[in-house]
Amino acid sequence: MIEIDGVSKVFGSGVQAFTALDNVSVTIRENEFFTLLGPSGCGKTTLLRTIAGFNAPTNGAVRLDGQDLVSLPPYKRPVNTVFQNYALFPHMTVAENIGFGLEMLNRPKAEISSTVDQMLDLVQMTAMAGRRTSEISGGQQQRVALARALAPRPKVLLLDEPLSALDYKLRKGMQVELKRLQNETGITFVFVTHDQEEALSMSDRIAVMNHAQILQVGSPHEIYEHPSERFVAEFIGETNFLIGTVTQADETQGSVALDAGGNIVARLPQGEGGMGQVTVAVRPEQATFCAPDSGEATVSGTVSNVVYLGTDTHFHLTLDDGNPFALRLQNTPDNSVQQKVGDRIGIAIAPGVAQVLKD
Amino acid sequence: MADRGFDVQKQRGFTTIALACFVLLYTPIVLLVMYSFNVGTSIAIWEGFSWRWYVSAWENEQVKVAALRSLYLAVVASFVATSAAVLAALATTRRPAYRGQTVVFAIINQPLMVPEIVTAVALLIFFALIKSFTGYTGGAFLFVAHSAFCIPFAYMPIRARLQGMDLTLEQAAADLYGTPLRVFRKVTLPLLWPGILAGAMLAFVISLDDVVITEFVKAAGQDTLPTYMLGQLRRSVTPEVNAISTVLLAISVTMVVIYFILSQRKN
Repeated sequence: MIEIDGVSKVFGSGVQAFTALDNVSVTIRENEFFTLLGPSGCGKTTLLRTIAGFNAPTNGAVRLDGQDLVSLPPYKRPVNTVFQNYALFPHMTVAENIGFGLEMLNRPKAEISSTVDQMLDLVQMTAMAGRRTSEISGGQQQRVALARALAPRPKVLLLDEPLSALDYKLRKGMQVELKRLQNETGITFVFVTHDQEEALSMSDRIAVMNHAQILQVGSPHEIYEHPSERFVAEFIGETNFLIGTVTQADETQGSVALDAGGNIVARLPQGEGGMGQVTVAVRPEQATFCAPDSGEATVSGTVSNVVYLGTDTHFHLTLDDGNPFALRLQNTPDNSVQQKVGDRIGIAIAPGVAQVLKD
Repeated sequence: MADRGFDVQKQRGFTTIALACFVLLYTPIVLLVMYSFNVGTSIAIWEGFSWRWYVSAWENEQVKVAALRSLYLAVVASFVATSAAVLAALATTRRPAYRGQTVVFAIINQPLMVPEIVTAVALLIFFALIKSFTGYTGGAFLFVAHSAFCIPFAYMPIRARLQGMDLTLEQAAADLYGTPLRVFRKVTLPLLWPGILAGAMLAFVISLDDVVITEFVKAAGQDTLPTYMLGQLRRSVTPEVNAISTVLLAISVTMVVIYFILSQRKN
């Protein structure tokens, strides 16, 4: 279990000071695939490097299973990193790279060679053991970097955008492989990425970061279906934002009178049962078509564009108040798209599906 | 490539100027090498091919002593200078930026900028002072002087190599439980080798070739090959000097070629 407790990091000083982490607190559980997700410059890599020990926090504490990490140099932390550029040692073979950590730990030769063999097998690189790292492909280098970081059996594996240099197909393959490795080894993975799809598909939990802060921590489902604020909703997937006023609220849900007309029953953010003007987030696949201006319709509008995408069809709609709305319908073999550009349609949103955002 | 705005090769007179430069640079060297094989005693009139001056130089006891002293000096000086340069390069590249960094860098490289004659006179005075206090007049002064002025030459390629090195390699080694000393031994040093060899070779050639500082610092009977040749020129000049120069040239060219191969090679 890693506890990040009120960690701040300021680079430089005076007018040039840059806050990379602003009082960040989060707890990463044992054996968890935990992802730090955010745009570049949000502080996710700084947080990872703080856990690894490559930079000292300006404030706050980092603890691993209750033990303070901040006072330990990188080589005394039971934590290994997979670097973005892999950082394989060019003067060593694949096998020597993988055995490096164990060699530094002064493990007996026999143990090193058997662990290296095991790791080579785990990442399916046995045939390449004697090659130089410059003689293997990018995807293979990636696997060697993983094996090298896993070989000393760290308590935590840190991964700094390790898939960003791979092409699409290899990346998809490695996503599955990483998840498999995490399951097989039972090691806690802390994964940094700016790719929301990658984060959703691999993680047990995701922390969404922006401007040196963690905005929301939750399972992929929670993050996607119930974003806490506008940035999270916008950063992950496509979202429609509807402005309205809360007219009635209980613990979890509230009724919102939308500016575009109609009423919607939406989930309220935790802790704040805010009344007054709010923003409601609706995912494109959370809405369906119905007859316009009927009792079923939450809002109404016209179809301005239809895009067929194989698995589903995207509709770009213009609401009666002039705002755009995106709607996505899954295609089935027997249905054919009825709605055409210019048609007037109603949009139905089931109660309790949409999310009222904080702020 | 076709639309390059300025192409120096297309400027008028480019070929002429380039050829003139090469002719000026290499004609004397070609002549020097050529006359080292002259049968006669003249360094200006060609009388036929012979190895006699190489044999004569080889059998000249003074040449042998001076050549051995030069080699010994160059080996020791390049070793000391390279060791110091490695430490200096580590200290100027492997730590966060600090105030006065540029000053330190300039001080290390200063010997390249100061006219050699100034260094020579300064050393002469400084060593004379030490001699008068200690009474020691042995050969150590030459070794100290050569080691010192070779440092910046060794420093440059080593520092360039350290700066070009991917820092995440050392971080990865530290992350994999390598203590700072073991990271240096297992990762930094092996990757630095080409730079160290290049620096040592430059220092070696510079020391082997030095006249000005050696002439001022050496005591009587401490001639190196270049100062011996300078002394010979004052008396009678025979193609023996050409022969010695040609051998030195061959050594230097070999060194420079190795230096280029090493500095071109990546990892």
